[in-house]
Amino acid sequence: MANNWAPKTKVDWFLTVLRVLALGVVTVGLLAFIAQQISVDNPFARLINPDATGLTVAQFRGLVISGLSQGAMYGLIALGYSMVYGVLGFINFAHGEVFMVGAMTGMITSNKLDDAGLWESNFIGSLLFIVVVSMLVCTLTAVIMERVAYRPLRKAPRLIPLITSIGISFFIQNTSVVLLGPTSKAYPDMPDWLTAKRTFLEIEGTKILVICVAALAMLGLWLLVERTKTGKAMRAVAEDQEIAGLMGVNVNRTIVKVFAVGGAMAGVAGILWGVLFRSVIHYTGFLPGIKAFSSAVVGGIGNLGGSMAGGLFIGLAESTGPLLILEPLGVSGVSQLRDAVAFAMLIGVLLLKPSGLFGERLSAEDRA
Amino acid sequence: MTTTAGLLIRRVPAAWRRVVRIGALGALGQVFISLSGMPVRLDVREIVVPILSLGYLVVLAAPLVVGVLLGRRPEHSGFLANPPSNRDLVIGATTGGLMAGGGLSILALLLAGFDLRDPLINWSPQLLEFLSFGRGTGAGFIVWLVIGAGLGMVGGTLRLATSRTQKVIMTMALTVVAAAILESLVVDLVEGVKLEALVEWMYAPRGGVTLLGAAVLAIVSGVLSFVGQGRIKTVQARVQAMEGPKRTRVNLTLIAGVGVVMILLPLLVGKLTNELLANVGLFVLLALGLNVVVGLAGILDLGYVAFFAVGSYSTAVLTAATSPRIAPELPWFVALILVIFIAILVGLFIGAPVIRMRGDYLAIVTLGFGEIIRLLFLSDWLSGWFGGSQGITAIDGVDVFGLLTVDGTNPRRVFYLVLFFCAIAIYISWRLERSRLGRAWMAVREDEPVAEAMGINTVNVKLMAFVVGAVLGSFGGAIFVAKVGSVFPTSFLILVSIIILVVVIFGGMGNIFGVIAGAVVLIGVLGGPKQPGLLVEFSEFKLLIYGALLVWMMLARPEGLIPSARRSRELHQEEFLQDAWLRGEIDTDESNDPQTAGPTQTTDSDGGP
Amino acid sequence: MFGTRKTSRFRIAFKTAVVLACLALVLSACGDDEDSAAPEAGTETTAPATTVAPEEMGEEVLVMEHLGDGSLGTVEVEPGEAVQIRSLNAITGDVAFFGLPIERSVVLAIADYGQVHGFDVDMGTGLDDLCSNDGGQAAAQIIVADEDVVGVIGTSCSGAATAAAPLITDAGMVLISGGNTSPALTSDLAGTPGPNYSYGYYRTAHNDLFQGRVMAEFVFNELGITTAAAIHDGDPYTQGLAKAFTDAFAALGGDVTGFSAVNKEDTDMVPVLTEIAAGSPGALFFPIFQPAGDFIAEQAPGVSGLEGTVLLAADGLLNTSYLALSQTEGMYFSGPDTRFGQNVNASTGKSAQDFLAAYESEYGEGPAAPFWAHGYDATTMLLDAITAASYVSEDGSLMVDRQGVRQYLDNVRNYQGLIGVIGCDDFGDCGSGKITVVHHASSDDPEASMGNVVYSGGGN
Repeated sequence: MANNWAPKTKVDWFLTVLRVLALGVVTVGLLAFIAQQISVDNPFARLINPDATGLTVAQFRGLVISGLSQGAMYGLIALGYSMVYGVLGFINFAHGEVFMVGAMTGMITSNKLDDAGLWESNFIGSLLFIVVVSMLVCTLTAVIMERVAYRPLRKAPRLIPLITSIGISFFIQNTSVVLLGPTSKAYPDMPDWLTAKRTFLEIEGTKILVICVAALAMLGLWLLVERTKTGKAMRAVAEDQEIAGLMGVNVNRTIVKVFAVGGAMAGVAGILWGVLFRSVIHYTGFLPGIKAFSSAVVGGIGNLGGSMAGGLFIGLAESTGPLLILEPLGVSGVSQLRDAVAFAMLIGVLLLKPSGLFGERLSAEDRA
Repeated sequence: MTTTAGLLIRRVPAAWRRVVRIGALGALGQVFISLSGMPVRLDVREIVVPILSLGYLVVLAAPLVVGVLLGRRPEHSGFLANPPSNRDLVIGATTGGLMAGGGLSILALLLAGFDLRDPLINWSPQLLEFLSFGRGTGAGFIVWLVIGAGLGMVGGTLRLATSRTQKVIMTMALTVVAAAILESLVVDLVEGVKLEALVEWMYAPRGGVTLLGAAVLAIVSGVLSFVGQGRIKTVQARVQAMEGPKRTRVNLTLIAGVGVVMILLPLLVGKLTNELLANVGLFVLLALGLNVVVGLAGILDLGYVAFFAVGSYSTAVLTAATSPRIAPELPWFVALILVIFIAILVGLFIGAPVIRMRGDYLAIVTLGFGEIIRLLFLSDWLSGWFGGSQGITAIDGVDVFGLLTVDGTNPRRVFYLVLFFCAIAIYISWRLERSRLGRAWMAVREDEPVAEAMGINTVNVKLMAFVVGAVLGSFGGAIFVAKVGSVFPTSFLILVSIIILVVVIFGGMGNIFGVIAGAVVLIGVLGGPKQPGLLVEFSEFKLLIYGALLVWMMLARPEGLIPSARRSRELHQEEFLQDAWLRGEIDTDESNDPQTAGPTQTTDSDGGP
Repeated sequence: MFGTRKTSRFRIAFKTAVVLACLALVLSACGDDEDSAAPEAGTETTAPATTVAPEEMGEEVLVMEHLGDGSLGTVEVEPGEAVQIRSLNAITGDVAFFGLPIERSVVLAIADYGQVHGFDVDMGTGLDDLCSNDGGQAAAQIIVADEDVVGVIGTSCSGAATAAAPLITDAGMVLISGGNTSPALTSDLAGTPGPNYSYGYYRTAHNDLFQGRVMAEFVFNELGITTAAAIHDGDPYTQGLAKAFTDAFAALGGDVTGFSAVNKEDTDMVPVLTEIAAGSPGALFFPIFQPAGDFIAEQAPGVSGLEGTVLLAADGLLNTSYLALSQTEGMYFSGPDTRFGQNVNASTGKSAQDFLAAYESEYGEGPAAPFWAHGYDATTMLLDAITAASYVSEDGSLMVDRQGVRQYLDNVRNYQGLIGVIGCDDFGDCGSGKITVVHHASSDDPEASMGNVVYSGGGN
């Protein structure tokens, strides 16, 4: 259907108009941005936004870096969505909450370490420790989730596990409220050498750390999926559960492993979140979770590299989109609309290329 | 039943493993509930004065449930295992209960010994006091063990009784609890008919059922249940067996009866109950709208709040003198016509791009649309139209032919307005369900490719579902604005979509009466996103319970409280087939069901609009 | 055939139901009239007694002098019962830190005040306004359903008052807020009532216009900065205050280079700061809350173009946990004047120190937000009003004249409260309106910074 854009019905006409409009807005916005960058008094830029100011190179770089670091995190969370979707064919809506659990675990552990004085004296060790603890807790959460809620529903109609996962998401979020309280909680201070700007491109150390760790985790996951026996089993189950089972793959155990790996990635992402923003609250996982899912869809669900790329795309889009597209168009208070931009990107990508930017990898029945 | 010794040995540990597993889960549940702060916070609400508060009720429930679960015959891959002997069963249930109670005993010890208040906000001296009954940790330790074992035993023993006795006992317990929960409603109603004397002895001055009241209620309900059992079933069966005009007459009488009660009820009760009724009615309206989308057409719309928001904001802009840019100050009913048009347009606009997407993509994208719409209403960019974060305030109520004004100061009138629109919504849903369009929806829901192959224009059909849902949602919004008199973007969080979804699913997707029942039970008792229910004390835990309820419903009873016959068959297709296969009657099963026989078989003779 | 016939029957049934519902709507008009007439009839029987009494029985001791003409009805408190007032504040969720101290201040004020003409005062269960209009309305319904309630202390959030004030004032009760600051609820301070003003609404909290003006004056006159920008978080309070600031700043002749917003759940502030940086403002005012406020302070130095910008915030961030962040050093904060010093509440004789000590011993922690004093003064003012508008009748009941309560509050001038001298204007603004700006010197000593007042202004 993706290649078949020739309008046939009224709905098709409408969608075509919508696609043209969406592309048009983006193009005009970008052109106006370029125009105002060339000169703020450019008549074209003035015509579209009389108050145009333009950005300096340093500002633009700041936007891109913050978009990339945020996007790397989305990408890490998106891996979990993508893997589960690839294997089971449903959206584990609660995956964002696993990420929140990771960030919360990190907060609790790091504060306890800080109380004991270890956080300052041995920062690297403490950081590694909280990463390990968070990965363990997240893996456990994801596996319990699978066992309690999803396994009994594996043969149910598709929407049933989706609705269940919404319930779980809601439940975990509010569990955090009733157990840990409704206010935001902070990580202890990061050491100065980490938060200081590096001379290299003037990027904060934390952002470099986030991007590097995300890349490492991605590499590890790729090795696991492509180079190990477990990975082979996962791919086999994703292709066709029944046949994989007949071939001697333990389907249940493989699915548990998929959840476990996704959970571990979310755990890493949770700690990165803590390092970057130092603050966590019960809804920390909700919007990032949905955006991570959007990343997975944008990159092509089931496609692990695509998920990471989709994460970077969504991160960049919501960071730069408001200023690159909306502001030159004369929209005021654009930063308020960044979530709207992220969702609009998702809708736009699905309108223009329903299988995502890099193509899906799903079993035949899920592609329907 | 001949079993060899070896088998016996192998089976005993299996049974014990089950006891330990369920007992441990019970203990975990107990600890979780305690640390969530529920017991302490709910302790102020009395159920039976002076022996039982809501706080204790929620912790006591766990061992009892463990006992009941252990009393159930274990199931092994679809087949019931042989029942254990009564003695084993009671011992097992008691042990399970003991473990569940032991969870609290250990928690009490830990509370006394360690301070974990830093991450866990409810790790408090108040909790310790609650768990130790104010009599020291040691006392608490032992008491919970005893209580746990006792309740586990009771739960297990309950299973030994005949099903009739079980039902009587359940009815007695439920009546007492319900009487306590519905207290304000009952008192209000009784005061309305000037019969205060009837309930004075039943309720304690500071709330809760008195011991005398509880005893009388239990006895009366027990006797009624004992005598009435079977009779209701017989009547039901007789009604269901009725054919043609006779059955219609019964149905008509029932509907007229409910209608008269709904019309008279608000006159008898006070402001507070009317407010509650109005809130419930509002959610019935919204849930009926979502039911068309989710229940009938099978489209999981997570952004339903968008239609509610659009209805609210367009009504506000069209009726209020204070709306920033355009203030035509139309009368509410005139505005409503425009609002319907706007809702249809928005329904089409949101529906068109998502309609061809996979079901789960659609869910997330609609959720995205819901957020986009809220953010647009909130944004400074459009604040010239919608007031941004300052919202639109000082909105007049509904002026009914110059006779009277319906606004928030008079919940009774609001309720009548809501009732009027609920009646319309019920009529629309009911008619649609039986129309050609309704059958097309169900066909799409059950199998889209097949429906398409049958010549159904799935795109148009699904768009229609969006449009109908949008219109019903905008009714809700229009009434909401008239009721509250102001509109802010904070009323339209994703949360609202999810709560409406829980209401629909809890009640029974695709069943009008189920949806209504769901709204009455959930919104009436627990409350809506910003509306308190009868259990005001639960407000902090409302969302937690909604989440848990959603999961539990999906796992245990996906068809909801009052299932739609067809829907439940879709959900349990495998079990139906399996059962039928086991009984060797795969063909005869379906034609026995009188509820589904009518509409499915008369499909094409009906004509439709 | 079967199907269609059934359908038509049902259609008739539904039509009947709809007609019935219509009828009911009309009927309800009559029903309501009876209903609303009932309490008025009741008051009419008592009203003459109150108005006539002072004249006819002039010297009799049984009926004391009291304010009010009985036009809004009278509340009768029987011997042994308590005068009912209520607290309606945001006490759950992430805004609880704001409403809870106010609710507790009501409890403590009632305890300090003692009895009214020998009758106890009861606050009942603290109600929650959920910081929203629908939440405020729902809670207000609970209050007005109890006809014995005389007055309400609340709400915390202006949005809640928008919906709650009409209901509560319509029922003849008064609503006194210790936390609302929106000008729409009272007036623009120039004699025009706000769109949401209803008679019977009062507040001890300051009008946003004071705070916006004082901050603008400080930046423009004291710091000599002529360009400024503001960020809010989509909350009515922060948006209103940010707007009040930029309006006042522009009125002083300053240049407003940007006005933008974030969402409360946002964490990455680089885009919004970049947007603001494009205008290179000399000062940036973000009167928002935590955690979003943390992110702005932490990320602003890293955004090119904001290196020299002075950061300003308001009372929402003026707390020790925020001041403990090293990046907040050098910031300025505006807020209500919290230098209560030796101010003593005229009705209870307690000072702020007494209050804080009592609070600490009762709740095991200090108040988390600064509006506790406003709640305390609001409560004592209400109790004074009830005292002035009530008398003990022949049968020993306390009669409270609702109109008298309003009459008293309308005429409050120079009332000494914890927050300073209180006086009500024509639209219910009673707060002192004193605003201070503090300078945050060192994150190692947040406590000291909270008292480091560098500018003050506003006030009647």
